[in-house]
Amino acid sequence: MRGSSASGRYDGLLFAGFAIATLLAPLLLAPFGAGYPDLLQRFAIYGIFAIGFNILFGLTGYLSFGHAAFLGVGSYAAVWMFKLLSMNVIPAILLAVLAAGLFSLLVGFVSLRRSGIYFSILTLAFAQMSYNLAYSVLTPITNGETGLKVELSDPRIFGGPAGGGLPVPEIFGVDMHTTTDVALFGFNLQLNVGFYVCAAFLIAAFYLSMRIFRSPFGMTLKAIKSNQNRLNYTGINTRPYALTAFVISGMYAGLAGGLLACTDPLAGAERMQWTASGEVVLMTILGGAGTLFGPVLGAIVIKYAENIFSSFNKAEISSFYSFLPDGLRDAMTSMTAAFVGDGWQLTLGVLFMLAVIFLPGGLMEGLRRLAFWRRPGGEPEETAARRPAE
Amino acid sequence: MNAVLLQILNGLDKGSAYALIALGLTLIFGTLGVVNFAHGALFMLGAFTAVTLNHLLTLEKVVVSQTETTAWGTPLEIRTPYAEQIFGDFGQFLIDYSVPISILIAIPVMVIIGIVMERGLIRHFYHRPHADQILVTFGLAIVLQEIVKAWFGANPIPTPAPESLRGMIDVGAGLGLQPGSVIYPVWRFVNFGFSVVVIAAVFALLRFTTFGMVVRAGMADRETVGLIGIDIDRYFTWMFALAAVVAGCAGVMYAPIVSPDYHVGMEFLVLSFVVVVVGGMGSLTGAVAAGFLLGILQSFASMNEVKNLVPGIDQVIIYLVAVVVLLTRPRGLMGRAGIMET
Amino acid sequence: MAKLIMNRRGLLKGGVAAGAGLAAPSFFVRPSWAQTENYLNAPTGGTVTLGFNVPQTGPYADEGADELRAYQLAVEHLNGEGDGGMLNTFSSKELQGNGVNGKKVVFVTGDTQTKSDAARASAKRMIEKDGAIMITGGSSSGVAVAVQGLCQEMGVIFMAGLTHSNDTTGKDKKANGFRHFFDAYMSAAALAPVLKEEYGTDRRAYHLTADYTWGWTQEESIAAATEALGWETVAKVRTPLGAADYSQYLTPVINSGADVLVLNHYGRDMVNSLSQAVQFGMKSKQVNGKNFEIIVPLYSELMAQGAGEAVKGILGSANWDWKLDNAGTAAFTKSFGQKYGFPPSQAAQTCYVQALLYADAAQRAGTFNPCGIVEALEGFEFDGLGNGPTLYRAADHQCFKSVLVVRGKENPENQYDLLEIVKVVPAEQVTYSPDNPMFAGGNLGTCNPGA
Repeated sequence: MRGSSASGRYDGLLFAGFAIATLLAPLLLAPFGAGYPDLLQRFAIYGIFAIGFNILFGLTGYLSFGHAAFLGVGSYAAVWMFKLLSMNVIPAILLAVLAAGLFSLLVGFVSLRRSGIYFSILTLAFAQMSYNLAYSVLTPITNGETGLKVELSDPRIFGGPAGGGLPVPEIFGVDMHTTTDVALFGFNLQLNVGFYVCAAFLIAAFYLSMRIFRSPFGMTLKAIKSNQNRLNYTGINTRPYALTAFVISGMYAGLAGGLLACTDPLAGAERMQWTASGEVVLMTILGGAGTLFGPVLGAIVIKYAENIFSSFNKAEISSFYSFLPDGLRDAMTSMTAAFVGDGWQLTLGVLFMLAVIFLPGGLMEGLRRLAFWRRPGGEPEETAARRPAE
Repeated sequence: MNAVLLQILNGLDKGSAYALIALGLTLIFGTLGVVNFAHGALFMLGAFTAVTLNHLLTLEKVVVSQTETTAWGTPLEIRTPYAEQIFGDFGQFLIDYSVPISILIAIPVMVIIGIVMERGLIRHFYHRPHADQILVTFGLAIVLQEIVKAWFGANPIPTPAPESLRGMIDVGAGLGLQPGSVIYPVWRFVNFGFSVVVIAAVFALLRFTTFGMVVRAGMADRETVGLIGIDIDRYFTWMFALAAVVAGCAGVMYAPIVSPDYHVGMEFLVLSFVVVVVGGMGSLTGAVAAGFLLGILQSFASMNEVKNLVPGIDQVIIYLVAVVVLLTRPRGLMGRAGIMET
Repeated sequence: MAKLIMNRRGLLKGGVAAGAGLAAPSFFVRPSWAQTENYLNAPTGGTVTLGFNVPQTGPYADEGADELRAYQLAVEHLNGEGDGGMLNTFSSKELQGNGVNGKKVVFVTGDTQTKSDAARASAKRMIEKDGAIMITGGSSSGVAVAVQGLCQEMGVIFMAGLTHSNDTTGKDKKANGFRHFFDAYMSAAALAPVLKEEYGTDRRAYHLTADYTWGWTQEESIAAATEALGWETVAKVRTPLGAADYSQYLTPVINSGADVLVLNHYGRDMVNSLSQAVQFGMKSKQVNGKNFEIIVPLYSELMAQGAGEAVKGILGSANWDWKLDNAGTAAFTKSFGQKYGFPPSQAAQTCYVQALLYADAAQRAGTFNPCGIVEALEGFEFDGLGNGPTLYRAADHQCFKSVLVVRGKENPENQYDLLEIVKVVPAEQVTYSPDNPMFAGGNLGTCNPGA
């Protein structure tokens, strides 16, 4: 085990850095064109989702292929809370986490009777059943294809039926949509209430995950990954531990789902599809499974590709290359166009392959190498030994 | 009665397709232990061999008309397929039979793709964690898909069966039932027969040849086989190529039933994983049995009588069966111990 | 650990204070920056940004690509480039080819992936980051309803692309949303008389329906219309979305006594279910002494291409076809065909028209304020955009115009000539009242300018 699990010595520093970076995200990401509220919210939310997934997969090695179902359940629960109780996000998030927790308890209890690939397929099966039913016969509860959303006719207890416009989620009277524009360093920073709510949860989620990683409970989970049999022989029943990890990560997923609904009150069935479950697996592995920060990084990279790479169109690329002569410009334009716009998934596919070929251990491994390359003094001995003398 | 008979036919047809797709996967996944998310892409590539052959045969000589224009104002192009121009009626025949002919082309093509994939990529991942295998094969699948999409677009491409195989067989009349009550398309019988032949051939290959013996031994105890001086890696390369051929042939034969598009492999991917795991890791027989079991149960679950009883059952039957099987039998139908259980 | 928490709190406080201090000089709350008019993303410079949100990946990517082509053409025409297309035939002469309200039209694009979540994320990006004043496009009803809802919440105009569900301008209608494309009710109303003429009044219909909201509204509409003709509905069977093989749903049709099969599927689902139905001999068999018939209520050119030979002779409906004989269609087909080398699809036409209608409304209103646009579009009557005289009804923001009944062509002249127009059903015959039960339960609400 490298880096993160070596010791908790730098945890305080890591956490402080993480919290500051999160709070400054609108500034830090603005130069990359990612400093607008919706994408920042998505980074935070999928970061939470991936952190939670990592508690299960990174620690115990149990690869769930159905975690999107818990995210979906969380979303539905939150939107129902908006429809029936109030537009305040706190009860919605509470119910989302609770509902996802209960559902993951059920799925985990059954699925954890098997291990390895058999476990993966069981979780996949539960998630796909949830998705297929939510899309079709459960439409009265889920509003099927369109997705569950806030309506003018909702019988809300607090706040009552709204007047002309659709009500928006709020936190104690402040709309989640509220954005304050700040001009700073030549960027128009959009400080959004919804993002800071998500950011607060992300920081808390990160902190909790860090505590779990360092706790005796976390150590037991790691032992499950490295050798479950030995653990069983020593008289420890591993299943309650694995189940606890499963439910915790399910609740993280529920929190992420609830926050998705809070920033945008619509819950669609495709959130539960296997591709969505696969996405969080990819996020975690891409960033670095078992590392603390890796999953968040993976989530950011994948969501960035999806939202920003897909937005470039030929006209924009062509004007980007406007300094080139015509023939070369067309060639460069069509070559670049293959990787952005409708080809953004190609970029992602290539990225996956390059990352795993050159950076076993995920992007965190890349960051680590970069950091040690920059500061040869801080290099751990084993790596230093392999480096040729200069 | 007729309805049940028809659903049995559907189930066998579906089951043979599932079994064939799962067979290729289980060779790689169930025995080599590589979580191959690119298996669907292999199926898709097979289907697109048929599409490509069809396109090549129907390549047209384009003559731009000097006088006539199209309705939108550009000069009219007069097109005649080269194949027809050069070969006459035989060209027509080739175009008509492009799907069965594609099998002959798909075999060498898929062998090459399989070898390149194994040597170039998969080989380096035998000893890597499953997580890495997932990421790299998923990435590869996306890349292959996007290349096909860039070339052929996203719309399904009609890839019809030969004219002579588009008819129906009246099964009911043969069984003494009312004519026309139990009829079934010829191509689906062809597909079923083909699957059975391929499955039998793969079994025979592994059972009765030296190749099969070495591979089976290598799966059981790779190190010992290496110690007695056999280059097991080379055998595994051919094993991967074999899996690619099986997947590709399944893709070709299924093209007339489900018009191929670049995404068709992804849709079969999840299903084939479920079939393999329900069958049990490391068991070819299990994968085939699970394919037929799921095919037949899915067909019956889709009957109106069943759906009225349990709404939405046809949507979830595959997964429901998977859960039930995996809970009652820890390693699926016929799984061997110790394969991907941790 | 307690120490750590203390640190974090301290940090948080410090950070917030520092941020506020740094930012104080230029601290202002939206939307005070709008100078003359009070609405979201009011264009301030010499350009106005439109957001084209179409599927670029997934099964409808080709349809999305065609929509994007049409939008680019529309932008060219609005800015006075190219041959002007339908601007020359449009009954409203407000647009001069010098942009809109004196501003040059520019655009941003996004990928809906035909998923509600992705589509909303993409639309939000265009609104929040790129300052788009209007969102348009899409290739499915689920996405249209989801994005329409978003635009209503955020306060921009949504001009729907290809969406056929009754719900889009029925129970999910929104003040900020407008649909030019026709709907399932209109398909049924247009098809019914032709079905009566071609297949008689004594028929037994079997429905296979994609199991989600669009499928249900179409099934409901077609069943109601055919039952009014005297047809009997034998069964309505729901099929899962994306079921590649439909054999298990098709074989029960064989002995059901039905003599008509209605396929309420779209896109790939329809390509597969139709091709397989034909493979099961359903185009060539006889039942009850009549020829067995298949109906595909909603056609598209791409579906016809995907299904190949199978579409020959199959009846269905369409919003528009490039072979229509009117000045608008000719102008659009010509400029599209010359730019791209092939004729436009109906998805392209509806998107092109929506862009023009939006621009024209903004020009007439003299503002891009969504409430001004809504006022200008509500009850707007126009002609010359390819569908004959059309009304944008105020009560539900739905266009009422003629609907085409089409049939798969037996001997197509080229790959773009797969459908032949059987009948152009005039608007009066497909018009319904806004309180029709199939459209009930919705409420437009009030227009939202987002500020």
